[in-house]
Amino acid sequence: MLPLTLLVKAGLYLIMAISLLAAVASVSLPNIFHAALALALALLGIAGIYLGLQAEFVAVVQVLIYVGAVITLVIFAIMLTNRMADRSTPAKNSLGAACLAVAAGLFSILVRFIRSTPWPETTSAPAPGTSEIGQALMGPYVFAFEVISVILIAVLIGAMVIAKKDNPGEDAP
Amino acid sequence: METLDQIFVLSKKGILDFLGTFLPEWVVTLACVAITIKAIAVLGPVTMMYLTLMERKVIGRMQNRIGPNRVGKWGLLQPLADGVKMLTKEDIVPHGADAVSHFLAPILIVIPSLLAFAVIPFGRGMTPVDLNVGVLFFIAVSSTTTIAIFMASWGSRNKFSVLGGMRSAAQMISYEVPMVLSVVPVILIAGSLSTNDIVLAQAGWGGLKWFVFTPWGFFAFIIFFLCGVAECNRSPFDLPEGESEIVAGFHTEYSGMKFALFYMAEFMNSFTVSGLAATLFLGGWQGPFLPSWLWFFLKTYALIFVMIWFRGTLPRIRVDQLMGLAWKFLMPLTLVNILAAGLWYFTEGAARWLITASILAGSFWLLTKLNRGYTPEKRVYLFAE
Amino acid sequence: MIPLSHLLIFSAALLVIGIYGAVVRRNIVGILLSIELILNAAALNFTAFSRFALAGDQEAGVIFTLFIIAMAAAAAAVGLAIVIALFRVRKTIMSDEINLLKW
Repeated sequence: MLPLTLLVKAGLYLIMAISLLAAVASVSLPNIFHAALALALALLGIAGIYLGLQAEFVAVVQVLIYVGAVITLVIFAIMLTNRMADRSTPAKNSLGAACLAVAAGLFSILVRFIRSTPWPETTSAPAPGTSEIGQALMGPYVFAFEVISVILIAVLIGAMVIAKKDNPGEDAP
Repeated sequence: METLDQIFVLSKKGILDFLGTFLPEWVVTLACVAITIKAIAVLGPVTMMYLTLMERKVIGRMQNRIGPNRVGKWGLLQPLADGVKMLTKEDIVPHGADAVSHFLAPILIVIPSLLAFAVIPFGRGMTPVDLNVGVLFFIAVSSTTTIAIFMASWGSRNKFSVLGGMRSAAQMISYEVPMVLSVVPVILIAGSLSTNDIVLAQAGWGGLKWFVFTPWGFFAFIIFFLCGVAECNRSPFDLPEGESEIVAGFHTEYSGMKFALFYMAEFMNSFTVSGLAATLFLGGWQGPFLPSWLWFFLKTYALIFVMIWFRGTLPRIRVDQLMGLAWKFLMPLTLVNILAAGLWYFTEGAARWLITASILAGSFWLLTKLNRGYTPEKRVYLFAE
Repeated sequence: MIPLSHLLIFSAALLVIGIYGAVVRRNIVGILLSIELILNAAALNFTAFSRFALAGDQEAGVIFTLFIIAMAAAAAAVGLAIVIALFRVRKTIMSDEINLLKW
């Protein structure tokens, strides 16, 4: 079985590389539509890593909510706001070089911290199944769950109120 | 009988045993995966080819025609002829199209449809991948189709394509909600997200203890099937490609094999949605007398026939009716249905039938009453008489 | 199994890419995309930690991830609604052209 585990490992590293590339593309592509598609690829890659961590439920929820809903909403907003022909405006502001330096510095600090910390080498227990997650959600975490549902309802109403067209009677531009 | 039931499982096991005589174990494991993938990859396109024929034949009969009957006996070779025609057509890419999106969209739209086959239990012990989140996997994978449709519509650089893409996105998001919620009662009663376990939960009554024969199951089945038809963009919910309004929607600018891929995705989607509906509500492969896989395919094709029947019967609905149906009717009904399934779980005997049926019938009546909608006043023709 | 430190470095990379994008992008939708990347880096960390945690503690990380995903969806919904409302009023979604609090 050794070659198979090696294969799975290589696959996971490949997924990591692809999703990093897609993430870079999603912040650097000038065309915002392509950036959204690249982000979708990166999020799918992260879902693959969740699968590698044996968190199937999280992986499926990631695909369902991010790729299925959030990216769709984003593309919807892009289509409603961006003019398709308009490709002349620069996509980035003038902070590029400075921000790149800061980000690289932050990344090197983080990597140094991560490398110098002793982490547990192996997993100690089998991954929690879907039913365990459900029971935890309904047991110790039920209050957070309720709060999340209230927030989601508030968001639902808020998004509708914000995006609603103003009354035609008010000052039309 | 037992061998006939397990014929595919046994043949796969035979091949693997034969390979195991001279190959190391990990190669056999890979071969096991490869055989399953191969079976799905053959089943999907072949299903699609003959669904096109079935659709044309059935629609033809409904419209008092015969349908394709020239190529082969009863037109059985018509799909092959269509395939040759598609392959030899010129591939046109519009000037100014977004080349990457335009090229990738037809490829990407087929992938989710093929992936969805992975969790359908085709028979006893014939689930390709027995995921413990099978139903959610199906829903998640089929929801990614929207992105491919967006790529097609944006990449074509055509106003009809963009209109079709927008309609498609609105429709997909709206119908996803009642679709997911209508599955919840099944998960609640079966106690599992795995498609295989859901089929096993419907065992009993001589293979006829299907979820559809309960009040909540009946409502959930109707809602799920309607939403499934809408998710496949099939008539009467085919606004994204409504040919009388926006040419062909998101695949206006596609020709040849790329167009065929869109068609393939649509037909494979209708197959998988019907298969999942059969799995969740019609007992999957459970049934008396016949082999399990035959039962599954019978139920699935019966549901596909209903889809074609819809297409032959119903006119396309308007956008406001589409949204109203999803948000004002199906969604509250699914919420009530979840409540009914919970009551069903905690009550016994005749009381459970009475309680759930009365709750559901009452809310159905109330919702139809509230959704009566705008009916124009009867016109009075003053001078016509 | 991949060592935990590799997963953490991966999510750190996602985080800095997201920060870079959020600062540099002019388009508000682009900024939202970058914020999604940042949130994902955090969510991935929670699941990675939970996988290497002791039995009984594992659900906490997974549930945190689920809550982050839910919050990200909520943020995206409200953010995009604001973007659409803004575009209706100002006819632009470039962040540096929107320099008045109220118009």
